[in-house]
Amino acid sequence: MSQKSRLNMVVFQTLIFSLVASLFGRLLYIQVLDSGRYKEAAISIQSRDIITPAVRGAITDINGTPMVIDLPGLVVSVSRVTLDKQIDQGSSVLARMATLFSLEYSDIFQRTRLCGELPKDNRTGCWNGTRYQPIPIIGNATKDEALKIMENADQFPGIEVATVPIRSYPSLEGENVAHVLGYVGAVSDEDLKNPEENYYRSEVIGKTGLEIEYNDYLRGIPGIRTVLVNRKEVVTKQSTNTKAIAGNNLITNIDAKLQSTVEKALKGAVLRAKGSGYKGDSGAAVVLEIKTGRVLAMASYPTYDPSLWQKGLTVKQATDLFSEKTGVPALSRAIQGLFAPASTFKSVSVVAAAKAGYDLNKSYDCPAGVEIGNRTFKNFDSIAAGRISLEQAIAISCDSLWYQISYDEWVRDGGLKPKSNPNDYFFNAAKEFGIGLSTGIDLPSESSGRLPNREWKKNWYEQNKDFYCNYKTRAQKQDLTPYLIEIARENCIDGNKIRAGDAVNFSIGQGDTLVTPLKLAQIYAAIANNGTYYKPQIARAIVDQDGKVIKDFKPIVAGKVDAEQSTWDFLHKSLRSVVTRGTAAGSFSGLKVAVSGKTGTAQVFGKNPNGSAKDDTSWFASYGPTENPQYAVVMMVSQGGFGASTSGVGVREIYQTLLAPGKEIFPNGVPSTIPKVDLKKVSKVKVDLTGVKVNGGKVQ
Amino acid sequence: MSANIKVARPSRTNFASFDKILLSAVAALLVIGTLLVYAGTREWFRSNNLDPEYYLKRHVLNILIGALLAYGTTLVDYRLLRAYTPVVWGAGVLGLLVVLVAGTTVNSAKAWIAFPGGFQLQPAELAKISIIVGMAMVLAERKDLRGDPVDSDVAKSLLVAAIPVGLILLQPDLGTVLIISAAVVAMIGASGAPSRWVAGLLIVAAVGGFFAVQAGVVSEYQVKRLQSFIDPAADPQLSGYQLRQARITIGSGGFFGKGLFDGPQTNGRFVPEQQTDFIFTVAGEELGFLGCSLILILYSIIFIRGFIIARRTNDLFGRLVCIGVIAWFAFQTFENIGMTMGLMPMTGVPLPFLSYGGSSMFANLIGVGLLQNVHVRSR
Repeated sequence: MSQKSRLNMVVFQTLIFSLVASLFGRLLYIQVLDSGRYKEAAISIQSRDIITPAVRGAITDINGTPMVIDLPGLVVSVSRVTLDKQIDQGSSVLARMATLFSLEYSDIFQRTRLCGELPKDNRTGCWNGTRYQPIPIIGNATKDEALKIMENADQFPGIEVATVPIRSYPSLEGENVAHVLGYVGAVSDEDLKNPEENYYRSEVIGKTGLEIEYNDYLRGIPGIRTVLVNRKEVVTKQSTNTKAIAGNNLITNIDAKLQSTVEKALKGAVLRAKGSGYKGDSGAAVVLEIKTGRVLAMASYPTYDPSLWQKGLTVKQATDLFSEKTGVPALSRAIQGLFAPASTFKSVSVVAAAKAGYDLNKSYDCPAGVEIGNRTFKNFDSIAAGRISLEQAIAISCDSLWYQISYDEWVRDGGLKPKSNPNDYFFNAAKEFGIGLSTGIDLPSESSGRLPNREWKKNWYEQNKDFYCNYKTRAQKQDLTPYLIEIARENCIDGNKIRAGDAVNFSIGQGDTLVTPLKLAQIYAAIANNGTYYKPQIARAIVDQDGKVIKDFKPIVAGKVDAEQSTWDFLHKSLRSVVTRGTAAGSFSGLKVAVSGKTGTAQVFGKNPNGSAKDDTSWFASYGPTENPQYAVVMMVSQGGFGASTSGVGVREIYQTLLAPGKEIFPNGVPSTIPKVDLKKVSKVKVDLTGVKVNGGKVQ
Repeated sequence: MSANIKVARPSRTNFASFDKILLSAVAALLVIGTLLVYAGTREWFRSNNLDPEYYLKRHVLNILIGALLAYGTTLVDYRLLRAYTPVVWGAGVLGLLVVLVAGTTVNSAKAWIAFPGGFQLQPAELAKISIIVGMAMVLAERKDLRGDPVDSDVAKSLLVAAIPVGLILLQPDLGTVLIISAAVVAMIGASGAPSRWVAGLLIVAAVGGFFAVQAGVVSEYQVKRLQSFIDPAADPQLSGYQLRQARITIGSGGFFGKGLFDGPQTNGRFVPEQQTDFIFTVAGEELGFLGCSLILILYSIIFIRGFIIARRTNDLFGRLVCIGVIAWFAFQTFENIGMTMGLMPMTGVPLPFLSYGGSSMFANLIGVGLLQNVHVRSR
């Protein structure tokens, strides 16, 4: 062998062994040093978690009667992953499905799109979950429909039928309770990202109402079966299997029968308003237990069918829920509707006047109008009642008396040059009742209302002075009327100050003051209870499937209005007079039980979409029975006209059932013990699909 | 030529005269390969209601045929074989021509000739032997006249290689071309030819490779494979997926492995082609670092024995054949295992002695037969 070829051989051998060494090094790195990373990656490739949703807890009324319960239902869902692989992206399958279920193709199409796939302005009904979840389209398929799909599996690739527990609303007393219960829906991508909740893709979770408020209790723990799969996603082995644990039941303070009554009375009131020529666009009603704050009934109108979600919400239904045309049924007016309290506020003004030193048992002038500054503030209907007792003034709801008192107080506080330490009797009384604060009810999205005191005025001015001081350039053309320009000029100059008009309007519950119907119910409960008021609570208790109490919700005092007992006595007397000989006398004549209350008819500024001026808000706030008060009942009808004839009559209907002599809803008072949950009251729908073969396997 | 025949020692081919260490290493790899092929196909075939031993049976059959061919290779003195080299070379080229005309296409490469009964032959595998033997003959010719090969010998030898390589490029089977190129350079280097040839060939290979990609001689399919080597996300559906899965499968085996037949990645068949080009992933997952190290050691033994045989023989032809065969085995092993671990781009060459595949198995065992033949005759 020549020297050269010998050298070449050595080089060659070295090269070969360095190649082997590099393989060895790489092997060491992948299999030993960095193995953990690859092991993890392999597990995510091989294993799949199959989630069996837990049976969600029931929500019952105060007697343990279910208002929502999970029942097995036949769900037809669409697998996007399968559809996307089809040549036409599944359009022919969806078209066949639309025919089978008599749905619009565009509806099914929209509902099977991920929200992110659609343009921002056209997402109604879109799928809020992910591509990998089955998208439920029909929640309550009939057995025949399900069989049609299963027997023609080749016609419906990507369409799955399964019996899964679905939310059902038995409505045993005819109640709807939609806004209180809320609804459930699929886990969204955002939910999945929430680090505090360990949600699974196939889960159904609360979206609104009690369903979201108590989701953690109701949800239960899903069962997880971990399986190993091969490249074709065929299960080869089961590794772990934990059983689903059913959620806890929620017992509420709602009485299904009373709720049903309240809903009917509210609907009747709205229809009555419409019948009287008012727009009557919406309404709300609340029944609270005075001495505990328990919410015995709460309704909002218009309402919706909470089972829509489970039946498969169509795009039209989803649009209607939030549409102005249909009155935004999704909105819970009882806790989200904000309205001026109008004359119902005069009870608060009585507390303010007493504190300011006015003798409640004296007589005051009730003229047709009061001249304040350059404006005349007129009495309701401009009628002068002469010199009358304050009790009578409350009964007939005299405004002008309050104009004078509040104006005098405003002047005493310094008028437009307020003292450094003004008395602000009216603002402070309202504050004591909690106006401007939310009640703290155990429901999401409660509105807090508005207390337009000096502080609020200042904030408001900071935010708006720019607009008013440049009104001519900033305002819309149609708003450039001499009157509005003048108002803008005034707002620009001293919009940060409480003006005489503001003080006067405040005393009769007009102007910028806003409350929710629930807040007003809390205020009237406070009045009936000599000042002490409670946090309104819907939940009574959380119990597990065996009936063991997990959580007992005790009454929580939310505040106390500090006033003399004589003030409360005066108010009790006066509010009874409203019903016996005042504004509500007609509406309540003949009612066999004595109740007390106050009408309110609030002027609303602004216009309806069709250009007509808005009708007055009709209020009736009350408590009963007059002696030994138990319940605060409030009804509000937006654009409902007079307080007495629209809402007053509605409230009367509620009392007729609630306190019907001998047939009271709570003959022994509202039960204080936790009832037993009786799910058997709902007969279970049995879905039997055994024996139907699908691709060789049985339907789960 | 006839002089060579006269000096040939009488044939004494029997097992006793073989290089036992080489034989044992090859046999050990064949056993391991058989188990891996079985492990890589058993579960999948069973779950698809097919014969789980389908691949096992065929693999064992391939080994038996290959062993017979190898034994046959050892029977005739390799120096006699030299006389038939033009025939061997001609047969190899003919096979490559046939495959271009009548071959079947698998993975975008027209590399297989189908025979009745489901048997397929991959002429490029056997052409490796033709090229090695052919080049060795041309390069060793001058040596007989007492002198290193000169430029014209090298040029002739390159022509011997270029014709079949050109045909393989037309299939195209870039992986095989790379392996043959490595063998060609190694043989020219070992022949004592002027060093400028070795240097020049390396430069030509680098530049040629670059322009081949640029000019599109290399098919889009191969560019994709190369891209997915550099950036596995570039072609996530096909080769990128395969490479990532391969690496995960090997890595998840860890130090001890999941145990033979117990690899979930293997049983789920997440790595396609895992009984052929990606057989090493099965070893990686199921046998772990320990088993894979053993496999690398066995390959090293084969290479070392090959070098020893090459060095011991006084005959340049025999030495060049050995060098060619070792270069082939070594580069193919590196290319294949390197690919599964992300060191090399995806080229689609089987792993010697382990992968399922008849032609490759036959060629590999004939290669071993050549090594043994030289060994037996160099005593």
